[in-house]
Amino acid sequence: MDKVMSNRLVAAMYVLPALLLLLILVYIPIVLTGYYGLMQWDGIGAMTFIGLDNYARLLQDGTFWQSAGHTFLLALFSALSLIGYLMIALVLSGKIKGANLFRKIYLIPMLLSSVAIAQLWLKIYHPSNGVLNTFLEAIGFSNPPAWLAEPSLVLYALFVPILWQYAGFYILIYYAALKNIPESLVEAARIDGASPWQIAFRIKLPLITEVIKVTVVLAVVGSLKYFDLIYVMTDGGPNGSSEVMASYMYRQAFRSFDFGYGSAVGFFLLLICLLVTWLLRKATASKDTIQYS
Amino acid sequence: MANLPGTDRGSAWLRRFGYVLLYFLLSLVALLQILPLVWLMLFSLKNNQEVFDMAPFSLPATPRWENYVKVWTEGNISLYFFNSVWITVVAVVFTVLFASLVTFAITRMRWKGRSLVLGLFMVGLMIPVHSTLIPLFSLFLKLHLTDHPLSVILSYIAFNMPITIMILLGFYYALPREVEEAAVMDGCSVHRIFFRIVLPMTSSVISTTAIINMIYNWNEFIFVNTFISTDSYKTLTVGVQNFIGQYTTDWGAIGATLMISIMPILIAFLILSNRIVEGIAAGSVKG
Repeated sequence: MDKVMSNRLVAAMYVLPALLLLLILVYIPIVLTGYYGLMQWDGIGAMTFIGLDNYARLLQDGTFWQSAGHTFLLALFSALSLIGYLMIALVLSGKIKGANLFRKIYLIPMLLSSVAIAQLWLKIYHPSNGVLNTFLEAIGFSNPPAWLAEPSLVLYALFVPILWQYAGFYILIYYAALKNIPESLVEAARIDGASPWQIAFRIKLPLITEVIKVTVVLAVVGSLKYFDLIYVMTDGGPNGSSEVMASYMYRQAFRSFDFGYGSAVGFFLLLICLLVTWLLRKATASKDTIQYS
Repeated sequence: MANLPGTDRGSAWLRRFGYVLLYFLLSLVALLQILPLVWLMLFSLKNNQEVFDMAPFSLPATPRWENYVKVWTEGNISLYFFNSVWITVVAVVFTVLFASLVTFAITRMRWKGRSLVLGLFMVGLMIPVHSTLIPLFSLFLKLHLTDHPLSVILSYIAFNMPITIMILLGFYYALPREVEEAAVMDGCSVHRIFFRIVLPMTSSVISTTAIINMIYNWNEFIFVNTFISTDSYKTLTVGVQNFIGQYTTDWGAIGATLMISIMPILIAFLILSNRIVEGIAAGSVKG
């Protein structure tokens, strides 16, 4: 037994294909991103070493900080929206008929590509023929705005499809966690005379704190790297008013062919993702985890 | 149950009102989640005049299926569609196979460095794709793999590996040791144990991971958009994006194109919804 199952050659054979792919396509690129960030490079020609110039430029780049601000706002909205998703999951996890059906319907947008969602919402937001403005005109607004062309509105207009897309995902996670709570605990509380509100806020929510923490990390880190939908719907416009960090990186590298600077932005993005993950875990770490039994 | 203290608190009327309110709320959210798609389906069956003159949610007098025929035959949509199919299938097969091999070696075999290797895969979950894009692009450029489907397939396999292993892990840990012990007694080789015994035993979790991978790959955008520039290798997500550029004003054609691009996932969902829901819950670490 031991001899067969501790055959190192076989273990290596099983692990190496995947491990090599991971190292070559994920880990080495991460290191290279930091390295390219030290270069002046158009992506094709020769690289010139310029030290920390790209990183210094980054710190003084107003457009970058504007896009970082937008990213922060998106992260904040995503985190806040979790409260709503949690409430819906609480309702669904009660003894509600059709809970399964609701849960599945909520999930549908999550299955679609961001590109399809973006194209669909472009049509919804269409200034004259979109379903939103048609509706607004029908209920009496004479001049509804062109949502995606208005610098002050565009970012919020983009948040709506993003929240729409992920609603079912978070509701599903909360629902699964709530369903995992042993029925006997809830029953016992009920017998002791706890109201449904007390059961929800004093018993159910504390029991799924760990899951809530994970979703906060997911929502915030997911927002930091948000790209597809914004790229397709507005491409960061009008005039940078919906640019986020990932789209700014893409623009610098693949549009302006400033691969060195784009790499610096990409490396910064990586550091922020890792830092925020670490900070959130640290901030939400609790020594006394609640156990069921 | 009805005579337990606490359950009959409050009047029956209030309880019923509460339920109606909850159902109203849940249905409203469901409606908001589904209405944009209903509208998409409706305008994919209309011509421009119908889209602009009729109420958004009204049915067209005669459904214009010719929109679908037109986009399928005129542009490259059918080509993009089949590219999506085969690229997705190849990537899913290799991801699930490699991930199963790794998970087997980590959870069932004994060798030094297991936890380090597992750690490497798990940290991979946190790395943003965007931060690797520039080096990957230049790597594929050097290997003459830009504009080649292999660049996309390899990227899918590598980047979906961590989440796939994560979903498999719990399942593999729970497999009983006795099965392998008996097999070893009978003189089975490791390969035989893996391919003939363990792999079939894990078929349910394999199908879950395969579906999750399928959804990710089918919808993936940034790798194809960055690495592939020739039309003949583009997948549906990127193809749709360019295709719609040509039809900026033909709403029926745009609607039909979008419907074609989301249809396979929607059909899979109708057939396999329980497994998909399970899989997404299990794969919840990837945002």
